[in-house]
Amino acid sequence: MKHPTLHPGLNLGPHHGEAHEDAETLAFGFWVFLMSDLIIFGLMFATYVTMANPMGLAGGPGPKDAYDLTSVFVQTMILLASSLTFGMASLAMRFERGRGPITFWLSVTLLLGLAFLSLEVRDFAHMIEIGAVPSRSGFLSAFWGLVPLHALHVAAGCLWIMIMMIQMRTFGMVPLVKTRILRLGLFWHFLDLIWIGIFTIVYLGALA
Amino acid sequence: MIPDQLTHWLLGRFGVSSLPILPAIENPTTSELVAAGAALAVILGAIGGIAFITWLGAWRTLWRDWLTSTDHKRIGIMYVVLALVMMARGVLEGAVMRTQQAFGLNGGFLTPEHFSELFSTHGTIMIFFVAMPLIIGLANYIVPLQIGARDMSFPVMNQISLGLTATGAALVMISLLLGKFSTGGWTAYPPYTGYDFNPGPGPDYWIWSVALAGLGTTMSGINFAVTIFKERAPGMTLFRMPLFTWTVLCAAIIMVFALPPLTVATLMLAADRYLDFHFFTNDLGGNMMNYVNLFWLFGHPEVYLLVIPAYGVFSESIATFSGKRLYGYASLVYATMAIAVLSFTVWLHHFFTMGQSANVNIVFGIASMCIAVPTGVKIYDWMATIFRGRIRMTVPMIYALGFFYLFVIGGLTGVMLANPTISYQVHNTLFLVAHFHNVIIPGVVFGLLSGYHYWFPKAFGFRLHEGWGRLTALLWIFGFSFTFFPLYALGFMGMPRRSASYTDPAFEPLMLVAFFGAALIVSALGSIVIQLWVSVRERESLAVPLGDPWNGRTLEWATSSPPPHYNFAVLPQVEDRDDFADAKAKGRAYMEPDAYEDIVMPNNTSLGMIICVSSTLLGLALVFYIWWLAILATGVIAVAFIARTFVLSTTHVIPADVIAAEHRAWLAGVHAAGPITRDAETRSANHGLASLELPTLAGAER
Repeated sequence: MKHPTLHPGLNLGPHHGEAHEDAETLAFGFWVFLMSDLIIFGLMFATYVTMANPMGLAGGPGPKDAYDLTSVFVQTMILLASSLTFGMASLAMRFERGRGPITFWLSVTLLLGLAFLSLEVRDFAHMIEIGAVPSRSGFLSAFWGLVPLHALHVAAGCLWIMIMMIQMRTFGMVPLVKTRILRLGLFWHFLDLIWIGIFTIVYLGALA
Repeated sequence: MIPDQLTHWLLGRFGVSSLPILPAIENPTTSELVAAGAALAVILGAIGGIAFITWLGAWRTLWRDWLTSTDHKRIGIMYVVLALVMMARGVLEGAVMRTQQAFGLNGGFLTPEHFSELFSTHGTIMIFFVAMPLIIGLANYIVPLQIGARDMSFPVMNQISLGLTATGAALVMISLLLGKFSTGGWTAYPPYTGYDFNPGPGPDYWIWSVALAGLGTTMSGINFAVTIFKERAPGMTLFRMPLFTWTVLCAAIIMVFALPPLTVATLMLAADRYLDFHFFTNDLGGNMMNYVNLFWLFGHPEVYLLVIPAYGVFSESIATFSGKRLYGYASLVYATMAIAVLSFTVWLHHFFTMGQSANVNIVFGIASMCIAVPTGVKIYDWMATIFRGRIRMTVPMIYALGFFYLFVIGGLTGVMLANPTISYQVHNTLFLVAHFHNVIIPGVVFGLLSGYHYWFPKAFGFRLHEGWGRLTALLWIFGFSFTFFPLYALGFMGMPRRSASYTDPAFEPLMLVAFFGAALIVSALGSIVIQLWVSVRERESLAVPLGDPWNGRTLEWATSSPPPHYNFAVLPQVEDRDDFADAKAKGRAYMEPDAYEDIVMPNNTSLGMIICVSSTLLGLALVFYIWWLAILATGVIAVAFIARTFVLSTTHVIPADVIAAEHRAWLAGVHAAGPITRDAETRSANHGLASLELPTLAGAER
């Protein structure tokens, strides 16, 4: 029997047998991918910071004109809550509570993700309305390069949750489905982490 | 809908004027004829390739055994083939540029625009579609064998990486036929490559070929890192890994962290060009310095990504052809890691003259000079390995000697350029061109070509012809020296790089010397082709099926040549660094195991090819604004990817008795054969079984 902790993050545990052992390589590979993705976000953050100045604004709408902090606060709470609910799904999987609880918590996560996206899209629409579009200034280009990139990741995560719910029904809790949900969990929490950065640097930074 | 609108909807901005043959007919200058000739060469090459495969009757084999294969060995070979084809084009482009400059006093035969296209494609091809696929191809083939694994961790992702690299290469080749490639150099600095200055398809070709291939390379990096960390045979601790595997690990880490900046830079440039963003534009708050920083944040680690695996090849071949354990193994590992880390801290030395303060420049200048220290450690380690060894002057050793002399010169001119005050004097001159060719050709190209010669018998079961190989190596060494040493002098004389012509007659004599050197390099290319042809024809007398032609030291030599699909009948139990040398010395090599077990191997899949073809179409659609095709191709990629996740049975089992039969047949061959000494290494008596030759001299390590 291998050591019970085979990779960083939540492990399925030795009682899952093959799925647990497969996860060693699969989860590690996914961590490496996330590191690579993190570099992309890091560079987008760096670009945003270098553009958030009068030169980058080029006389166009600035943070105070374009951002709706109330809406962003609600989005933050929703996304943080979705990380908690995904955690519940992961625990239900680890402790083999059956497909019902896993499906339930994944559905709640999906709904929270979609709620987050719809609020965000509403904010984007507002920005377009007041002329805060990427073609207006370097600063706005940097914003539209960073925040919608996160939204795109959340949308991909939502699609992934839907696919996993279908695969859970079609295949049952086979090892491949379990290790995929495990990796989806890493992805989802990663998106939360990025959002903390966006909330702090982009939105709270605008108050300074 | 009127016909014009329909054509526009169907074909975007693609039109008859995009074909290079028309300007050549309308305006038959030499420059246009060269362009049309290149296009014709691509067409004839493609037709020739198709005819050759049809003549062999190999379409089914090609599809079943190669294009859909997930075997790391097949994928590795395909990477190398791709790289060699692209190298032919890259070398010829270099030769055309040398010819132009040799006769470029007050003119020459190429237009400046055509010359710009040539140096842009030459750089892009040599870095992204020759050096990178050669490294990834060699690593793909060798690393799983060296660590005693059956395949990579993610075989399907490996296939997709190859598909995306091939996509990038295909786009560069297609740009000869449809439209024109970028004139913005391989670095494609905006605002020159932005829409305002360059609205044509050229920069878009560059963006999509590099961005798509870059994604493939990122995936390769993830794959290599995970494979090396997770798939090592029992007993293969990190500090028992062969040095080539160590260098690939360092390169993989660089790929994971340094390719994302390239993705970001290219996609931001695309956003500027397609969606009217203002990341790098002159107006409305764009900042082109962000591009330069992002690009070199990738570009500098990239050059170490290229050279570090070449160091690994030299470490293997020098130890083998000196018949000794590698001197200073641990110091080589630490030096490699040090270079990999330092490579991320020096990117600014590519633009000392672009407006930073002197203090910032000097920090990056000192960091750049520091890289010479671990590199020097390596050179001394290799020389100490050769010292009092059982030296055979085979092809890889000739390359290694050329590398020692020439690479040290290239490294020292690098230390010169790391000094911002000198950089101010020689930046943007041919001195710089001479410097980076002086590290990339003797370092990367010699390393990879010696790796090609060293591992070819492992992959195909017969050695490459030694005489033609030696000629090739010498042609490369002298060709390089004649071509690029004059450029140092020309740089000091003030000749700018990337200039199609010049007015100072003082440049001409040295330009003619460089032209002679280029002719030698083209001969080297021809010599490689002849060597391959001769070797295939004489493969019977060059055959080394037993697998160990060079008295090898590491695990890849402990299996037959070519290795079976599953690499090892039973996974080796590693007891020492240079485990195969140790096994031969202690008599535990070529043993029949107590029992054979079933082996689970990944199935073939067409996913990689679907993604390759669709992403090539996607790239073309984006270049020519054919939006319906772009949407369709993206849809196909997404659907194919999601559909693949619904395939649960992705492996097949090779039964134990099949494996036992194959393994016993190979062992019977080994026991029947007579081992040969190192004196007979390059004769036809060499069937790949080495007689035991232990180091006897007092100077030999251990």
